[in-house]
Amino acid sequence: MQWDWQFAAEILPRMLWATVNTLMAAGIGYAIAAVLGLVFAVAQRTRFPILTVSVREVVEFLRSTPLVLQIFFVYYVGPEYGVSLSPWVAGMIAIGLHYAAYLSEVYRGGIESVSRGQWEACTAINLTSIQTYRRIILPQALPPSVAGMGNYLISIFKDTPMLSVIGVAELMQTANAIGGQNYRYLEPYTIVGLVFLIISLFSAASIRGFEGWIRRKLGMY
Amino acid sequence: MTYISFLSDNGDRFIDGTIVTALQFLCSLALATVLAHLFGLMLLSHTLVIKSVAVVYVEFFRGTSLLVQLFWLFYVLPLFGITMDPFFTGFLAVGLNLGAYGAQLVHGAIKSVPRGQWEASYALSMSPAKRMLRIIIPQAIVIMLPAWGNLIIELLKSTALVALIAVPDLMFEARQLNSSTYLSTWTFGTALIIYYVFARFLITPLMRSLELVMSRRMGRS
Amino acid sequence: MQDLSSFPLELTGPNIPMVRFMNVRKAYNDFVVLDNLNLDIAPGEMVTVIGPSGSGKTTVLRMLMTLETINGGVIYVDGKPLTHMPKNGVLVPADAKYLRKARSSIGMCFQHFNLFPHMTALENCMEGPVQVLGLPRREARERAEELLSMVGMIEKKDQHPARLSGGQQQRVAIARALAMRPKVMLFDEVTSALDPEVIGEVTNVIKELVTKHNLTMLMVTHQMGFARDISDRICFFYGGKIEEQNTPDELFTNPQSKRTQQFLSAVKAAD
Repeated sequence: MQWDWQFAAEILPRMLWATVNTLMAAGIGYAIAAVLGLVFAVAQRTRFPILTVSVREVVEFLRSTPLVLQIFFVYYVGPEYGVSLSPWVAGMIAIGLHYAAYLSEVYRGGIESVSRGQWEACTAINLTSIQTYRRIILPQALPPSVAGMGNYLISIFKDTPMLSVIGVAELMQTANAIGGQNYRYLEPYTIVGLVFLIISLFSAASIRGFEGWIRRKLGMY
Repeated sequence: MTYISFLSDNGDRFIDGTIVTALQFLCSLALATVLAHLFGLMLLSHTLVIKSVAVVYVEFFRGTSLLVQLFWLFYVLPLFGITMDPFFTGFLAVGLNLGAYGAQLVHGAIKSVPRGQWEASYALSMSPAKRMLRIIIPQAIVIMLPAWGNLIIELLKSTALVALIAVPDLMFEARQLNSSTYLSTWTFGTALIIYYVFARFLITPLMRSLELVMSRRMGRS
Repeated sequence: MQDLSSFPLELTGPNIPMVRFMNVRKAYNDFVVLDNLNLDIAPGEMVTVIGPSGSGKTTVLRMLMTLETINGGVIYVDGKPLTHMPKNGVLVPADAKYLRKARSSIGMCFQHFNLFPHMTALENCMEGPVQVLGLPRREARERAEELLSMVGMIEKKDQHPARLSGGQQQRVAIARALAMRPKVMLFDEVTSALDPEVIGEVTNVIKELVTKHNLTMLMVTHQMGFARDISDRICFFYGGKIEEQNTPDELFTNPQSKRTQQFLSAVKAAD
């Protein structure tokens, strides 16, 4: 088997398009997870045991079971109850939920790293709970969370190939399609691997820089 | 049909799948642990060649997607004349991938052992091998156990992907059952629950007791 | 559930204290920190609490700031109950809404300053007035600048806490607390975390507060000389109870109780 440069060049445009699709899927999934994860994290800190315990269990369940299985679940279970989800939507929901669970742990760690005295100072000047979180605690919870948040961004990106199993036309699915059509898998799969590698390495470096920038911007060192 | 009758009809398939998953899990875990320690130690080396090989291994397998690696090993390698059976390919990919993450944990943990320990054993004229084996590594193990606990759960979840190269594990059986019965909630739901039980009520407690045992041996408990 | 029917819904009469602890009790499970505490602080009075660690002195402040719950009795501030609220003619434990309102007359400075690290000194002082009191930013800024001038920190108003020394941070913390115009100011060991050479900056500010303003103040400190200088009354706590209280001169020169004597001589030896 020989590497066919011409074939590789032919399929590259289509694969790059699929990369954009993949990045979009990762981005949207991450956005959902970032917001939902914060909800999960704060919900576990309330005074109501019913809420804290049930959210905790949900988070544990999402973190402990395979994403690919969760994707299947969301995609196939919908129609059973009359809700028909497109592969894209089902995929986004599954990824959003799964990574919300991960991110909620990152946020919890960040929030817990804020010293107790900060909470007490907020009580002393009589801020409400919402003001305390929004203006004092969360801004301080952010810098220690950035590294974890960044790692999961890279992870989401690397997990997008799982969406191919329900037919989402991202990078992996496109590679499969190309391979199936042309009976050549070497070039498509290798290109996929390289794309992931390059983007991961680039992102990892960016995230380190980003964490430093956030700290400087908030005046915290 | 009730859930109970569903389970009694198809329970044996779930069990078969779970056994294969367990086998995949154990084989990948063994491989990942060996590779993690090997490459983790190599990352500490002052010899450029050794260190570079380790860095390449870690960055490559961490930076690319497990699914892509799996497919590459299964579909592309045969084109170069190397054909392996699905079961072997499955745990090979998972082991290689998670071994890379593990190598970072080992590396990090060894570096976290207080500098004074290295100096004390040096002062006692211990050979490097003895020093590593009897002083440094035992302490490193205690440090990295919590993070390894998380990694092991990741490993369990990753084994689900081998279903995509037709290894008849739990996820594979769930998909098959779904195709034949269309009872998605029950098929995928049961699979999810089995993974959850495995992770939360088998692995996590085991890791906790292991942590306790190791801490006690260090006189810390 | 304790019987609160014997506690008045409001303090009435000509000379109501600014702060009243009435039969206050605080316990963690079986461990009793404060037992049947009765303490009055008159408006404008400066009371210092001293005592060995574990005597409950910091708990007194923290309960007044509602950082700790109380397990018995009632605390009144400016005549009205703080920890409880009137409902159907009796006192019941206060809900969050009532607490927030009641709490607004109390301000506190902490041993570890607890300034908001992501805000400048000025922003720290503006935060409460803007967010809680609803002041327009311009007015909040004027107030903050006035207070920062008073504590001698106006030149550093645009600095973040990380760039300020301990003494400077504590002074900003005092300005921040004052910006809320509290009726009662609490100082919890505010010099204990400072290097000796900057303790003076902070004690001078507090001294000025005492002489120039009529704030009611409650302070916990180890600085005996300072306490003696500025306090109207010293309370010596031991084992969760007030062992002895008196004017500074009386207490320091003529301690009545043996425990007080022991404590004062131990502190003198350490000085």
